[in-house]
Amino acid sequence: MTLSSMKDLREPLRWPEPGVTRIPYRVYSDPEIYALEQQRIFRGPVWNFLCLEIDIPNNGDYKTSTVGEIPIIVTRDEDGDIHAMVNRCTHKGALVCLKERGNAKMLTCIYHSWSFDMAGKLKGIAFRNGLGGKGGLPKDFDPEKHSLELLRVEVFCGLVFGTFSEETPSVESFLGQPMSKFIRRNLGKPLEPLGMHSQIIHNNWKLYAENVRDSYHATLLHTFYTTFKINRLDMDGGIVLAEDKWHHISYAKRATFDEAEEYARDEIHAAQYDSHLEGPHLLNAWNEFDDGITHSIQAIFPNLAIQFTLNSLAVRFFVPRGVDKTELFWFYVGYEDDDDEQTAMRVMQGNLTGAAGLVSLEDGCINEFVQRGTHGSEMEMGLAEMGGREVESSDASRATETAIRGFWTGYRKIMGFD
Amino acid sequence: MQGIEELITAYAHDIDDGLLDGWPEYFTEDGTYTVLTRENLADGLPMGIMYCQGRGMMADRIKAMQTANIFEAHTYCHLLGRSQINAESDGGYSARTNFNIIRTMQDGASEMFAVGKYLDMIEIQDGKPLFKERKVVLESRRVDILLVYPL
Repeated sequence: MTLSSMKDLREPLRWPEPGVTRIPYRVYSDPEIYALEQQRIFRGPVWNFLCLEIDIPNNGDYKTSTVGEIPIIVTRDEDGDIHAMVNRCTHKGALVCLKERGNAKMLTCIYHSWSFDMAGKLKGIAFRNGLGGKGGLPKDFDPEKHSLELLRVEVFCGLVFGTFSEETPSVESFLGQPMSKFIRRNLGKPLEPLGMHSQIIHNNWKLYAENVRDSYHATLLHTFYTTFKINRLDMDGGIVLAEDKWHHISYAKRATFDEAEEYARDEIHAAQYDSHLEGPHLLNAWNEFDDGITHSIQAIFPNLAIQFTLNSLAVRFFVPRGVDKTELFWFYVGYEDDDDEQTAMRVMQGNLTGAAGLVSLEDGCINEFVQRGTHGSEMEMGLAEMGGREVESSDASRATETAIRGFWTGYRKIMGFD
Repeated sequence: MQGIEELITAYAHDIDDGLLDGWPEYFTEDGTYTVLTRENLADGLPMGIMYCQGRGMMADRIKAMQTANIFEAHTYCHLLGRSQINAESDGGYSARTNFNIIRTMQDGASEMFAVGKYLDMIEIQDGKPLFKERKVVLESRRVDILLVYPL
């Protein structure tokens, strides 16, 4: 289905007058909006994260992924070129790849044995000429016209991106200069996989997109951050927004910690916990870069985030699995040139994030609490005025929701919600 | 052998009963506890979902859970399969036990939360068996909501 053939909502969404400082709760629960997002965002002019390049290291490797809810196959062909295509046979619509990953010369649909090469071209059709001269496909059937539906693909710093739209500019232009530069800082050398797991969170995918941009909550909800002085708002840090506001970077510099009286005065739950660790080796971090940044999270529209917490580097990919269900993937990586001690430290600090993360596990339920809290209040709206009403970078403070306003700025534009 | 079965059973019952303060005591001082996925184990990847090296880190997990982490109240019920126990050449034992953990949320929903196997290395200290290494290998890579209580 093309964008123009998707009808507008039966009940149009008028964004509240104040703009992106208000978020209508309906966007988290309306199945029609969810369906429209599949067309306008995931099939629209964005680069969707598909997988890591190290997931398909060898020629002939493939891996399945999804763009929104659309099943995708990412392949590396016999020449080493990477392709991405919809995992849907052009005959009957069945999944072509059943296995999550593997290595193959051809991709064959098991239903009627139609086979495709690793670039998605239809190469073989069972009984094409029938049997004994009877049956088979019409003589004028043209296999060239029945390739798997292809996406445009670009690899940037080990991240494989795909887009359905001809309008999407190059990945670097899509990201903009500050975002590209920071990805290059974090992922700019060969990566090594350390482990992967996922987590089902019972909320709309956009609640997580807001959550990773929410520098205001991080040190309030996530007590462990605050107590162990890994990330607090009284460290130097800031928010950088992409020019078009879709993406962001939030960063903190641990060495600049200067305890603010507000943490004690506002009786922040997060600051109440005794900060003595029985196993202090958890936090034996080394300085990875000389820019002083020890904690960062970067969100890339629509559903990707890159985390560097002390020495724990992870790619977070959150996939919509229904209007109120999201699968959050954690891909932990190190660098190919890490020594054993560095790998061990990254593994140790893996405790900080993930489904059981000492600092992140609350995010597994907090977004669900919003999903549940807003049930039956679709006409009401949330508020995002922390740090003002502007949608600009904030180099002085992270007590702001500017990156959330940035997300909604991009969302309204791409969805056409004026 | 009987002492080892008792160790494995008592460990599960204590967690089910919410008696978590004593959890590190089931391990040797330098014992390790890892929750990982079947897939990552097969691929030889080092990283799990939870990892504790030594009783100190285990105590930190419990302290964080009790005083810092925020989550919706729930309980576990472990169903254990019969353990296969082997004597090792160093005087210790290895054991493998299948488990199924049912999680009950405060709204009353009881659902299968985790299924997999314990792969244990057990050391006898002063006649008492303790886990030197406990690997919790999950069949699934996917955790529902979050993981905070040890499995």
